Amino acid sequence: MKEKTYAIITENLTKKFGDFTAVDSISFDVKRGEIFGFLGANGAGKTTAMKMLCGLLKPTSGMGMVAGYDISKNSEMVKKNIGYMSQRFSLYQDLKVWENFRLFGGIYGLKDGEIASRTDEMLKSLGFFDERDTLVQSLPAGWKQKLAFSVAILHKPSIVFLDEPTGGVDPAARRQFWELIYAAAESGITVFVTTHYMDEAEYCDRVSIMSEGVIAALDSPENLKYKYGCTTVEEVFHKLAGGQL
Amino acid sequence: MSADKKPVVAENLSKSFGQVTALQNISFETERGEMFGVIGPDGAGKTTLFRILTTLLVQSSGDAFVDGYDVKGDFRKIREIIGYMPGKFSLYGDLSVEENLNFFASIFKVDPKENYHLIKDIFHQLEPFRNRKAAALSGGMKQKLALSCALIHKPSVLFLDEPTTGVDPVSRREFWQMLDRLKSMGITIIVSTAYMDEALLCDRIALMKNGILLGVDSPAGMVASYKERLLAIKGGDMHSILKALHDIDIVKSAYSFGHEHHAAISPDFTGDAVEKIMLELTSRGFNDALVKNINPSVEDCYMELSAN
Repeated sequence: MKEKTYAIITENLTKKFGDFTAVDSISFDVKRGEIFGFLGANGAGKTTAMKMLCGLLKPTSGMGMVAGYDISKNSEMVKKNIGYMSQRFSLYQDLKVWENFRLFGGIYGLKDGEIASRTDEMLKSLGFFDERDTLVQSLPAGWKQKLAFSVAILHKPSIVFLDEPTGGVDPAARRQFWELIYAAAESGITVFVTTHYMDEAEYCDRVSIMSEGVIAALDSPENLKYKYGCTTVEEVFHKLAGGQL
Repeated sequence: MSADKKPVVAENLSKSFGQVTALQNISFETERGEMFGVIGPDGAGKTTLFRILTTLLVQSSGDAFVDGYDVKGDFRKIREIIGYMPGKFSLYGDLSVEENLNFFASIFKVDPKENYHLIKDIFHQLEPFRNRKAAALSGGMKQKLALSCALIHKPSVLFLDEPTTGVDPVSRREFWQMLDRLKSMGITIIVSTAYMDEALLCDRIALMKNGILLGVDSPAGMVASYKERLLAIKGGDMHSILKALHDIDIVKSAYSFGHEHHAAISPDFTGDAVEKIMLELTSRGFNDALVKNINPSVEDCYMELSAN
């Protein structure tokens, strides 16, 4: 029943690499349609946790449900029902814009007609329709990011994972990118996003802050600031994640 | 060779790739021991500029000098006296932390012990991982190692191309504290960044867009040249309030700034902007909105300049 309300449920989710515990028994839920910010210092265990949630890494122990599927027992179904985008890997540079949509649509098992109509629809709403035959490598980085996000939600996943989608992006382009995030959330897609920009943390419905494998805090930005007596999430972050690096 | 011994001099520097003009008539100078920031959107030409100044790319026209040496003719000499940290992690992933450092020291024919004082503060944090392969380090640690390797030959000018992209706020703060110490040792630092809180820490900032240098100024000078009246707005449903602000005719521009929005007021409106915005928001159903006058930040200036 709980799966109806939550896009992500984890209970004591743990990952060990030899003697090192990268993720140490984390338990948290993400509501459907929520914009959830997953914050933490470098090396705190964010990437490991995210890989488990995307079905790419088997947990050592504990339980996780994503998009209604068990991440240990049914990782293939998890992969089919989520979208994923990262700063490091997004689109194929030597394919045209429409070819990238075609490729990823095919991978997610969409029908040809469906891919074509979704591609047109999304490119039109981005104002990129005239660039459909352009090679991705010749596009500015800000455009690539927006296209990569569109490709990640092409198959209408119930949840999309964004791993530092705005890393290295200038202040103007970051704000444009967040408009896409808001639009996706309004259409009902759950957004799970990592970022090192603390102003972006303020735009999330709730944020968690990971530190040394555990979730040190989880609440709405407002409540976190109130609880720790800070005026910004940035200050909360320095309070919780500072000093131990 | 130029007689000018400024750390970096660019004179009408241009670079084209086929039809694309990446840099157009860029001219500027930096002072000894200056922290010189370069900001601008993707595709502005920042990396192209760095690659020309570090002699990895030859300009199409114009001149550039580093410590008086010509980037074209004296490239060998320049390579000996500069440190460069490219945007992409470019150390050897399958060498250990210590092996990477020793490798870079040997390329520059220096003994790593000789300049250890320069990197001591940074490198001591890496000591516990000295035998770990560089590929297995966390993002923050990789940056620290890359900086150590760029410093091991005691460069006169240090070029850092977006050194803190992907680095968390705590590590970023530490990284900039290190840069400050290097600056106090007399090293000139040219650094590009997408973080405006970092731009604020520079002595001067160059703003680039579409291959053109829009201006060079100190953060204080940049802020002082901001013309519009600026308001900060806070309320319950922030995203809807932003949309509403775009809709109000006396608002020239409105952007989200973390926990609040900033709205620049059109110069045509001369009345009480705080009261007017409060009224407009209330009439649209936002009864809890808080509005106040604020001073612009570097990021406000950036948003204003990049919109024009």
